[in-house]
Order: sequence, then structure tokens, then C-alpha cells
Amino acid sequence: MKRLFPILAVLTAIFLAYALHLALGKATPTDAQQGDVYRIIYYHVPSAWTAFLLFFINFIASVEYLANAKPSSQTAAKWIVLAIGIIGAIASFVPQVQHRLPAGMRPSAVATTVLAIPAFYFLVGKFFPGERLDVLAVTSAEVGVVFCTIVLVTGPIWARPVWGIWWAPGDIRLTSTLVLWLIYVSYLVLRRFSTSAQTQMLAAALAVFGALDVPLVYFSIWFFRTQHPQPVIGGGGSMDPRMLHVLLMNWLAFLCFGFLVCWSRFRLELVHREVEEAHAMESLAGGAPAKPSHPLNRSPQ
Amino acid sequence: MSHWSVTLATLKKDIRLEWRSKDALNSMLFFSLLVVVIFAFAFDPLAEESRHIAGGLIWVAFLFAAVVALNQTWARELRNQVLDAYRVSPAPANALFLAKALGNFIFVSVLEALMAPLFVIFYNLHVLGPAWQLIPIAILGTWALVVNGTFFAAMSLRTRSREIMLPLLLFPISIPAVLGMVAGTTAVLTGDNPAHFYIVLLLTYDVVFTTACLALFETVLHAE
Repeated sequence: MKRLFPILAVLTAIFLAYALHLALGKATPTDAQQGDVYRIIYYHVPSAWTAFLLFFINFIASVEYLANAKPSSQTAAKWIVLAIGIIGAIASFVPQVQHRLPAGMRPSAVATTVLAIPAFYFLVGKFFPGERLDVLAVTSAEVGVVFCTIVLVTGPIWARPVWGIWWAPGDIRLTSTLVLWLIYVSYLVLRRFSTSAQTQMLAAALAVFGALDVPLVYFSIWFFRTQHPQPVIGGGGSMDPRMLHVLLMNWLAFLCFGFLVCWSRFRLELVHREVEEAHAMESLAGGAPAKPSHPLNRSPQ
Repeated sequence: MSHWSVTLATLKKDIRLEWRSKDALNSMLFFSLLVVVIFAFAFDPLAEESRHIAGGLIWVAFLFAAVVALNQTWARELRNQVLDAYRVSPAPANALFLAKALGNFIFVSVLEALMAPLFVIFYNLHVLGPAWQLIPIAILGTWALVVNGTFFAAMSLRTRSREIMLPLLLFPISIPAVLGMVAGTTAVLTGDNPAHFYIVLLLTYDVVFTTACLALFETVLHAE
């Protein structure tokens, strides 16, 4: 595992460089109306997707952490998640539900997304047992906030020349991304300021609250906006396949990069907890620490 | 003791404590009065303008004032280890939560009832839409604030500088509720568009978060 890390790091660096070359190079067509300004999309959109994915992982890990506190709720949560996946996937093909989907959203895409919930839930549960679930939650929230910050910074840089304004206050995507960012920053603040021995539980509860909030924010601004129309990018517009290719390449590179950062942060957090535990054990054993233990030098797992 | 008798007993105790000390109510009242006066100086609006901004001002004042009461909810129980007694007692945790949330709801409602006439005077308000709709907006909005506020106050009990922590946790989560209250109140005051959507939004918010609070409160109470 330890040897894999530098190899993956080098690969990611090459991949990012190639994606940058594609994004800024002459081979990719320039947008007819916006000119070269549009190229920021290759950083803006992949960051947004990565951030949302990480927040989703955080939510799944938090729910699972809360559910695992009691054996009864653990079993119940498994069945509920499975039921959500199956019922949601079937429901997205029912004509009555299809009518209510926003225009341009295909039922097969909705079904895949809904099925991803149980898939993620069981995968995360399998690979991150016990306290590692919480470590995953911290990691994904922290890295997610970083990517979300990139989104919120690159957005106005693009909007100023194209829309003529830095920020459109009533716009649905801008506002819900900002609220998402605020919620996760408060999540990190809670973790930092908590003096409880059960910070994990408190943080997991807050993550569930945040996840419940996001659809409500989206829903409320959706109505708000339909009353006060605003210019919105990509309103059902299609993209040049060459541009889409570059965009997906960039996303892949960003995903690799995000994965790499998460991985090292995950290991750092594990080591940090081991050190804390060692200190606690030392003080429990009494006696002044003759020489500090070195969990850092342990053999790789 | 059954669920409801625990709720009622705790609620009665809280109201009696508040009646004797009047700590939370007095500080909330004075605080929101200050907000009203400062905003009135800062904006000095015409009647037409004030109709558009009053919804925002009223709810910002109540939101900040409510934090004052919410911070005292659980901090009061820390003295003499009352909270630890709650934890070891067989009383259901949800009953305790419900009592605290209802108590805060009553205190904030009293504040609103006292402050609303002042707002009308200071901003020369004249409602153009159906005024009765302000009542469901106020009730649902207040419940939305206090139910999450009570929950997060219990959460911020376990943090350093807990009084700063509560608004940091509460405000981001409350954004849809605040939007519903402000936009709904403005819609009624100006009479430009119907406020039904906002009432439904607040109702949804209340149902979702009351359920979440009741489901997760036991975990938070016992997380020491």
C-alpha cells in the first residue's frame, strides 16, 4: 500500500498536466460567444462534481456511523437503505413520477443515482469498519470544503466578464452551493471546538442535519427564482463533444487528485488518533513517559 | 411517569423559573428593541420601502434575540449537575427535548407578540395582503427556529466557547426556514404575490427537522 502512494502521485501529476494541456491548448475549440473565458469551466465544474461526491460520501459515512451505534438500528438502516435504492430505481420509470422530473433529466440517470445510495452505503461499510467510518467522514468533509471553495472562487471570476456581475444572489446553483459550503464549514468548526469525548457522534448528527437541509434549500430557491428570473448557465444547452471530452478528462484528473489528498489525510488522521491513544494510555499507566512511543515508526498496514 | 407527564413537569419547571427570574425574556426584549431602533436609524425608510425590508428586519431581530434564550436553555441545567441527573434518570430523552423546545417556543412567541406592535409603529407598517397569513408564518417560523435551536444548543454544550458555537451551527441549517419566513412575511406585507408556498415550505421544514431532532436527541444528550 505504501509503495502505491508515490506511484499514484506521479500518475496524478502527469494526468493533471495532460488535462491542463487539453483545457488551455489550441486543440480544444474556443466558445463562440464567451471566448477563452469559458475555459475556466474545466476547473469549475470538475471541482463542483468532486466536492458534491465527497459531501455525499460524508453523509453516507455519518449515517452509517450513527446507525452502527446500536445493533438494532444497524440492521434497520441496512434494510431501509436497500429499500430506498430499489423503490427509487423502480419509481423513476413510473410515468407519474417521470412527469415531475425536471426537464432534461433522464429516468435512467435518476435510477442510477438512486441505486448509488445503497451501493455506496455497503461499500463504505465494508471497507471502513468501526472508527474508520468517522475518519472517512472528517477526511471527505475537509477535502470537500476545499473543492467547494475552488468552485465558489472560480464561479465569480467567470461570471464577472460573462454576466457582468460577480454574484447573482437569487440564482439557485450559486446559493445552494454557498449554503452547502457554510454547512460543512460549521461541521468542521464543531469538530474543532468540541470538547466532548463523543465528537464523532455530534458531528455525524450535524452531517445528517446538513444533508436534510440541502434539498430544502434547493427547493426553496427554486421557487424563489421562478418568481424572479435570472440568467442561468447551460439551460438545457448542449456542449461540443470535444469540449465534453476535455471536461470529463479534467474531472478524472481532479478525482485522482482528490482521492490522493483524501488518502494522505486519512492516514494522517489515523496516525493522529493513534498518537492520542498512546498518550492517553501512557497517562493511564501513571509514571512519567520515559521515552515517547513512536507510533509513526510502525510497520505499514 | 409517562412521556407526557415528564414533558409537562419539565415545561412547568422551566416556565416557573423564567417567571421568577425573567432572565431570558428581559434580555431578549431589550436586545430586539435595540435592533429595531438601530435599524430604524440606519435605514430611515419610507412607508413603501419599509414594507419591502420589514420582513427581513423583523426576523433578523427575532433570530438574534432567540439565540439569547436558546443559549440559556441547557446552560441553566449544568449548574448542580442537573443535566447529569437527567441522563441517569429513566425519563425518556425526547420528553425532555420536547419540553425544552416548547418552553423556548413560548418565550420567543411572547417576545414576538410584544415586539410586533413596536415594529408597526417604528416602520409605519400597513399590511396590503391577507394579514391572517402572518399568524401561520409566525408560528411555523418560530417553531423552525426553536426546534433546531434547542437541539444545537444541546450540541454546543460540549464545545469550547459554547455561546459563539450555537449561531455558527444554527444559522447555516436555518437558511431555508429564514428564507421562508422573510419571503412569506414580505409577500403578505406587500400583497404582491401569494404566501402559500412559503407556508408549505415552513411546514415541510418543521416536519423534517422535528423528526430528525427527536430521532437524534438521545444520541446528543448522552454524548459526553
